[in-house]
Amino acid sequence: MNRYPIWKYAILVIALVVGIVYTLPNLFGEAPAVQVSSGKVTIKLDPSMAGQVEGILTKAGLKADFVQYDGNSVKARFADLDAQRKAKDALGAALNPDANDPTYIVALNLLSRSPKWLTALHALPMYLGLDLRGGVHFLMQVDMKSALTKKADSTAGDVRTLLRDKNVRHTGITRDANAVVVRFRDRDTLVAARAILLDQLTDFDWAQSLDGADFKLTGALKPDAAKRVQIAAITQNITTLHNRVNELGVAEPVIQQQGADRVVVQLPGVQDTAKAKDIIGRTATLEMRLVDDSAEARAAATGAGPVPFGTERYVERGGAPLIVKRQVLLTGENLTDAQPGFDGQSQEPAVHLTVDARGARIMRDTSRENIGKRMAILLFEKGKGEVVTAPVIRGELGNRFQISGRMNTAEAADTALLLRAGSLAAPMEIIEERTIGPSLGAENIDKGIQSVIYGFCAIAAFMCAYYLLFGVISTLSLAFNLLLLVAVLSMLQATLTLPGIAAVALALGMAIDANVLINERVREELRGGASPQAAINTGYERAFATILDSNVTTLIAGLALLAFGSGPVRGFAIVHCLGIITSMFSAVMFSRGLVNLWYGRQKRLKAVSIGQVWKPDATSATVPAKT
Amino acid sequence: MEFFRIRRDIPFMRHALVFNVISLVTFLAAVFFLATRGLHFSIEFTGGNVVETAYAQPADIAKIRTTVEAMNLGDVLVQNFGSSRDVMIRVPVRGDLKQDKLVASVFDALCKAEGGTVQTKDGPAEQGQSASRQVCATPAGVEPVRFSRSEFVGPQVGKELAQDGGLALLFVVLGIAAYLALRFEWKFSVAAIVANLHDIVIIMGFFAFFQWEFSLSVLAAVLAVLGYSVNESVVIFDRIRETFRRFRKLNTHEVIDHAITSTISRTIITHGSTQMMVLSMLLFGGQTLHYFAIALTIGILFGIYSSVFVAAAIAMWLGVKRDDLVKSKGSEHDPNDPNAGAVV
Repeated sequence: MNRYPIWKYAILVIALVVGIVYTLPNLFGEAPAVQVSSGKVTIKLDPSMAGQVEGILTKAGLKADFVQYDGNSVKARFADLDAQRKAKDALGAALNPDANDPTYIVALNLLSRSPKWLTALHALPMYLGLDLRGGVHFLMQVDMKSALTKKADSTAGDVRTLLRDKNVRHTGITRDANAVVVRFRDRDTLVAARAILLDQLTDFDWAQSLDGADFKLTGALKPDAAKRVQIAAITQNITTLHNRVNELGVAEPVIQQQGADRVVVQLPGVQDTAKAKDIIGRTATLEMRLVDDSAEARAAATGAGPVPFGTERYVERGGAPLIVKRQVLLTGENLTDAQPGFDGQSQEPAVHLTVDARGARIMRDTSRENIGKRMAILLFEKGKGEVVTAPVIRGELGNRFQISGRMNTAEAADTALLLRAGSLAAPMEIIEERTIGPSLGAENIDKGIQSVIYGFCAIAAFMCAYYLLFGVISTLSLAFNLLLLVAVLSMLQATLTLPGIAAVALALGMAIDANVLINERVREELRGGASPQAAINTGYERAFATILDSNVTTLIAGLALLAFGSGPVRGFAIVHCLGIITSMFSAVMFSRGLVNLWYGRQKRLKAVSIGQVWKPDATSATVPAKT
Repeated sequence: MEFFRIRRDIPFMRHALVFNVISLVTFLAAVFFLATRGLHFSIEFTGGNVVETAYAQPADIAKIRTTVEAMNLGDVLVQNFGSSRDVMIRVPVRGDLKQDKLVASVFDALCKAEGGTVQTKDGPAEQGQSASRQVCATPAGVEPVRFSRSEFVGPQVGKELAQDGGLALLFVVLGIAAYLALRFEWKFSVAAIVANLHDIVIIMGFFAFFQWEFSLSVLAAVLAVLGYSVNESVVIFDRIRETFRRFRKLNTHEVIDHAITSTISRTIITHGSTQMMVLSMLLFGGQTLHYFAIALTIGILFGIYSSVFVAAAIAMWLGVKRDDLVKSKGSEHDPNDPNAGAVV
């Protein structure tokens, strides 16, 4: 009766192996590394960069453990801090000839020392939260109201232009909160205007009313249009944040949307909050200007002559210089949208731009007079400008036009992104901020691990002394529990925080309950006179229902914390819930498996090593006074 | 080794009235302290700024307080935090100040008071990770004060965290009540919830009395304790149900006595083991986990009392009978049948 079928042992062995494999990466520690990422929005890294980096390192006489390209940066791991420092200097000197205008950002980083075969299995060390790594955490709120106000403002401008073009007279256009109010002198003009506006500005609902002597037309944003504005605002801001954070050269930053209008930014390793906030809060501006292609300009581009009067020199993507006129045609404020797509006729990748009414008028005038000439779109950050793209004007442009040619789909997407980055939709405000020094982070890890280990040892000692062999089995199943818990956390890459480590300790302390229940029950059965094999069987069976009930209630508490918690408390809740599940598995199945392995086969089992089974002199204590 | 050499059932329920009176008194005392002193909430609930610094020498709290008060930030709290060298400065929420710039200015002021200036240091930290940090250095090259941690919580976020905390508590209570009503019977459900909520109020009463800082971690500990406490009650109720079935001649009073007596060994050993782990956290876990561990300790100790004695007594007073448990679950097996029960 105390026999487990082979397949159950197979499950246990598989769980054990998986547990060990996925826990191993955590034991290897971390090695210093250098990370190279792009410093300019117009430059993207590709796999050939890894070869370049390796070449620079070999020339400097440095040997890296490995150099690899992973999506958008190149990482190189070294054996010690000294090599890391030298590598950073060498790479910085070789890749950034002008220190004030770095093309590439070389940052310090820590990479896990675990061997390649583990990483290939996706066995990564646990993802440490900020309170264990040190760094900065910001919670930023997007000012949605101002996004809507901006939209209302630009619509007011559009209305003015539209009505003027169609020669409809009005007596005033104002913005009232998020609505646009247009006044007219008589009903007919109002009706005509309403028809025009309904036709052109489809995002708005136009309601007419009477206000004293004036006829009023009030435009309010339709609810789903308002929602679209808000979603666009926050997505826009997140993209901009990504670009900004890249510039800080932070390894593994976290930028996530939280709720409808909040963004979480986590920067491990950074404690200089002032600098971080400065960079994150900056805005980029977009400008559209004509390219000067006169003879003097062409000479200046090759470096043969000076830059002609009224123009400036910029660098295109790919490094070619471009002479651009100083006069600004349009700015980012006029650009309402930029989306990647395909050219209507030639099906090649293109970027579709939408400008507002004022922008459309300017584009129309400029393009009509400059067909065949190039128009440059510049992105200004930190006061320095870069040419995002400089297409040729092929025809008269309106408020929607496209840029195509000489780009693939990826480049079209990038260009659209850059163009949108130039127009920050709504301002952001920091509503929560946490900074943790690196030494405190390391201290926290130490303390957490120490408390888990000492607590475990204390419990193990007691269990072995009190329950002898069954105590040893209980301790083994507790260790198995810990192993599984760490493995699952590593597999899920769940964030481990200090409360999370506390949850590990608590989970172990609670897990022992199941084992105590079982052991006490077996003792009780033995005391009652049952045979050892029967005692083991009954003990486990009776205890199971109780273990299930009690774990469910603890799980309810864990789930509530998971649902309503945030930040470090969430880390606690995740570990708490996982701990309950692993403890059920290990306490019931693993310990039974071990017991069955040890005692199951012995047909004439006389006694089990469970410590003293005290029997009172008279009948057993479980027989009550009355019968 | 057997610590629990009990010859016959201990007549606990004879003293049911005394147990409940004691628990009522402690409950009222806790409520009194909560009402009069109130909980000392951390900034996570109230909003505000906290700056933690570590001094090279034992810190002069009075001097630090004067320095910070001179900045006219309102009602600031300056105290030691853990060791004599760690100092925590807490600034409340103020509508007119730019809260997020506060940390930098406070650190700056503290640094100047020690005769140093704040510089930005870019470069590898101990193990080679990138760290760009503010370092306070005197002209002699010494670092008198070091920045450990800072936290700024806007008032809106603080309010939300408080609300979420309250909702979590409500959810746990309702969830557990529903589960217990399903698994046992409504009288047990009510008894368990009342007994264990009383636990929570007592923990909060302690925090109110000693004015210990009540943070989100402490709330998490309180909820974990609630789950754990109910655990206890479940084990006892399970035994009560089994005893009703097994010993059909006993009345309710005796059944409960028997159930508690049989499980007392398991109760004390489990609580002892969990307490060993929590003690390890108290001793080695450092300041951040300190109040968390204290909340757990109080919960574990009072948990034994409330779950074992109070829950069962209340169930008895609510009039629980054999019929409530034994006939309601038709699919339950006869415990004397050796082939019954869950096979693992």
